[in-house]
Amino acid sequence: MSAHSPDEVKKEIKVYIGIFVALMVLTVLTVAASYLDVAIAIGIVIALLIATVKGGLVALFFMHLKSEKVLIYLSLFIMLIFFLALMILPAAMQANTFQHNAD
Amino acid sequence: MSHDDSHEHHEENFVSKYIFSTDHKVIGIQYALTAMLFLLVGFSLMLLMRWQLAYSGKPVPIIGGILEKMFGADALGGAVTQQLYNSFGAMHGTIMVFLAIVPLAVGAFGNYVVPLQIGAVDMAFPRLNMMSYWVYFVGGVTMLGSFFVKGGAAKSGWTSYAPLSVVDAAGPGQTLWLVGMVFLITSSLLGAVNFLVTIIQLRTKGLTFMRLPFFVWVQFVTAFLLLLAFPPLEAAGFMQLMDRVAGTSFFMPSGLLISGQPHAATGGGSPILWQHLFWFLAHPEVYVLILPALGIVAEIIANNTRKPLWGYRSMVFSLLFLGFMSFIVWAHHMFLTDMGTAISSFFQATTMIISIPSVVIITALIISLWGGSIRFNVPMLFALSFLPMFGIGGLTGLPLALSAADVHLHDTLYVIGHFHYVVAPGTIFAMFAGIYYWFPKVTGRRMSEFMGHLHFWPSLVCMNMIFGPMMIQGIAGVSRRLWDGGLIYEHAAPVLKWNAIMSHAAFGLALAQLPFIINLFWSIKHGKKAADNEWEATTLEWSAAASPPLAHGNFETVPEVHRAAYEYSVPGHERDYLPQNEPE
Amino acid sequence: MSVEIPYITKPRPDTGLTNGKLGVWLFLASEVMLFGAFFSSYAYLRAGNTWDDFAFGRPGIEIAADAHADEHADEHAEHATDDHHGDAHGEATAHGGHEGLSTPLQPSIPMATFNTIVLIASSVTVVLAWASLLLKNFGRFRLYWGITIAFAFVFLVVKYFEYCGKFAHGFYPKTSPLLGLYFLMTFLHVIHVIGGIIVNGYLLGPGSKMWKTDPERFTQRIEVAGLYWHFVDLVWIFLFPILYLLSG
Repeated sequence: MSAHSPDEVKKEIKVYIGIFVALMVLTVLTVAASYLDVAIAIGIVIALLIATVKGGLVALFFMHLKSEKVLIYLSLFIMLIFFLALMILPAAMQANTFQHNAD
Repeated sequence: MSHDDSHEHHEENFVSKYIFSTDHKVIGIQYALTAMLFLLVGFSLMLLMRWQLAYSGKPVPIIGGILEKMFGADALGGAVTQQLYNSFGAMHGTIMVFLAIVPLAVGAFGNYVVPLQIGAVDMAFPRLNMMSYWVYFVGGVTMLGSFFVKGGAAKSGWTSYAPLSVVDAAGPGQTLWLVGMVFLITSSLLGAVNFLVTIIQLRTKGLTFMRLPFFVWVQFVTAFLLLLAFPPLEAAGFMQLMDRVAGTSFFMPSGLLISGQPHAATGGGSPILWQHLFWFLAHPEVYVLILPALGIVAEIIANNTRKPLWGYRSMVFSLLFLGFMSFIVWAHHMFLTDMGTAISSFFQATTMIISIPSVVIITALIISLWGGSIRFNVPMLFALSFLPMFGIGGLTGLPLALSAADVHLHDTLYVIGHFHYVVAPGTIFAMFAGIYYWFPKVTGRRMSEFMGHLHFWPSLVCMNMIFGPMMIQGIAGVSRRLWDGGLIYEHAAPVLKWNAIMSHAAFGLALAQLPFIINLFWSIKHGKKAADNEWEATTLEWSAAASPPLAHGNFETVPEVHRAAYEYSVPGHERDYLPQNEPE
Repeated sequence: MSVEIPYITKPRPDTGLTNGKLGVWLFLASEVMLFGAFFSSYAYLRAGNTWDDFAFGRPGIEIAADAHADEHADEHAEHATDDHHGDAHGEATAHGGHEGLSTPLQPSIPMATFNTIVLIASSVTVVLAWASLLLKNFGRFRLYWGITIAFAFVFLVVKYFEYCGKFAHGFYPKTSPLLGLYFLMTFLHVIHVIGGIIVNGYLLGPGSKMWKTDPERFTQRIEVAGLYWHFVDLVWIFLFPILYLLSG
């Protein structure tokens, strides 16, 4: 932990506070957006987009992912591929069945 | 007992030394003994099922009375009834996969050998390691205990397909199965984190990734598979648990009729969802079963051919590719569900592709034999027979990868024959090879060669007599999981004669294990004394550690690595092997 | 025991990581897959049902089951409590006909929003606590770390009232796929929060003695525990809109 000089840490603390404010604003935004009268698909996209931005801020700044070691990036990258497979493939098959039944 | 100089220094009594030990070697042995016990239990269940298939409805000889005492009406007159057969079938699969082979391959061999092979003093998190074992133990006890609750153990197959598994209300058997699985999965996850951190962080000086013994590589990839594939099954387990105890309908479809009566579930769920989540784990799990076997076989082949492995780098890259691909082939278990041609083409293609790296690894191992002056000791015999057995198992899988052929073969005994060739004469032979190979390291003594031959040859013959005919029956269209082995089906009549032959081969296989069990226990005290590096091997566990290794810390001095893992028969050197830790 | 496992506080030079940090990241990767499976199930079951069936359950099935409920005497009690929303189903041919709710979770949005703010705030106090250790200010660390744990308790209390509200409304896990997923996912998240309270409580209490003997290792532990806590927050950030805000 010798890499963290007191000045740097104090600068970091300011960043943390900034992120905190951003997260609060986004929380209010996402609740407000849910009352918008838009199509369902657009509503889902907005909600997921805001959640991804918030999650990204937490991961990048609070969890210091913006400057991590390459091994961690690699592990998370592999995880991400399998995560996407888990999210997309079953839903794709389900959508196909749905289509099939509708025909 | 007067070590009071530091609080880290606690006394070594029996409990902390042998039961709640944090030493990876003790934990490895604990895993080995527990897993072998479960292997025996799973094997015994199979013997009872085979008795039933050969002599349908007849009382089991000798132990029929005991069965009736244990299982009551389910073993009426000492025979294996349908109920009992179903629970034996489900529990045979569960015990063999989750309680016997994976703990033996990863928990036992991985735990004992990996830190020694990478020159580490222990695993990265010793206490977590201990916890993995005990969580596994609790899971195992839960599973075994479920035999003795009202209604008996789980009966819905090792795959626990919904809705059958959800509506099975005979008793808490299936619920206990789910609870047991949650424990086993948690144990595997803790273990996987530990293995990955150990292999990445604790490699000794000079041991780069491309100098790792192949066995360490397979444990590394296996741990990644466990880490990322098991959580979805844990999630699915929680969901099925909710379906059973809280009345949810995650896997229960709307409008379900049971014997013509509407079921009370609220519906809206999907049985196919369970299959997705189950196979998302269970296909990578197949590679969890087979990869450690490949690693053990690679070690033994390099050592006994006295040659470097042929194509080490291509083996490593094939292994990584194999691990990666194993996550996107799972739906080939589900070709009979309505997934459409586009998606089924995707999964057929990925399944065909994944056979390529497996073939590369097997080919490299076969070519490694070329021109070697092979030592035919017992571990080598098992390792050599692994190659064709795994080959048969792998190649018979190809027809199942094509959805057109799968329509005919799905859920027939052909599938059972196929994966048992991979796991039984494949993985289990590799496990035996590993036991004979590392036994001198663990105990300082060798197992008897004669008894080893007595174990090997009959096992090889019997294994093939069980699983070969099974595929013949399967091609004829006989379904799996039939209590009477197909008696009531006309199309099964021409192949029914195999049932008795297979069963007798199974009983023969049981007899063939006796020399092994005797050998294992007899050799601990009375085997021939072994040298520290009994097999004249190059890897660190042999060349740098005593047999058996030091209780804590493994090495006198932590070894340094100077060369690749398999420098055998290097020209211009006196001996035919150059240990990794020997300076130039 | 003379066994010294290396790289517990000093990072390994070639990976740049300590064992604990790599370990916790790998653990979190597997946690992503765990929650991922639930999100995948959400998408799967949502795609396989109409919104009404997904969110409020299928009245037709319950009626069919009612006809056979006589065989299951114990179910009568449950159906009694189901009555008032069962009535809602009867007329719920149009969307939004369920007592005017677009989703059974609509009444909880204020509580869930409050909880989101609480968790995010606790995430900030975690990094501030860690930063205080880097500045060698142990008193400030204890303050922030204590606030984090207090926020976690607030979260649990709010959650308790939220669950009570659901039950009072006649919404149970068995009511519909959405409610099943809601109870399962949020409960699993609650278990993670409780786990965090236990670990963080240990580090505030007996575990904090290490600050005197081995401050570097203690800072390391706080960082690792912090990573876990941020992950708990991260999961909630996705749970919140998907479970509470989306309706169809």
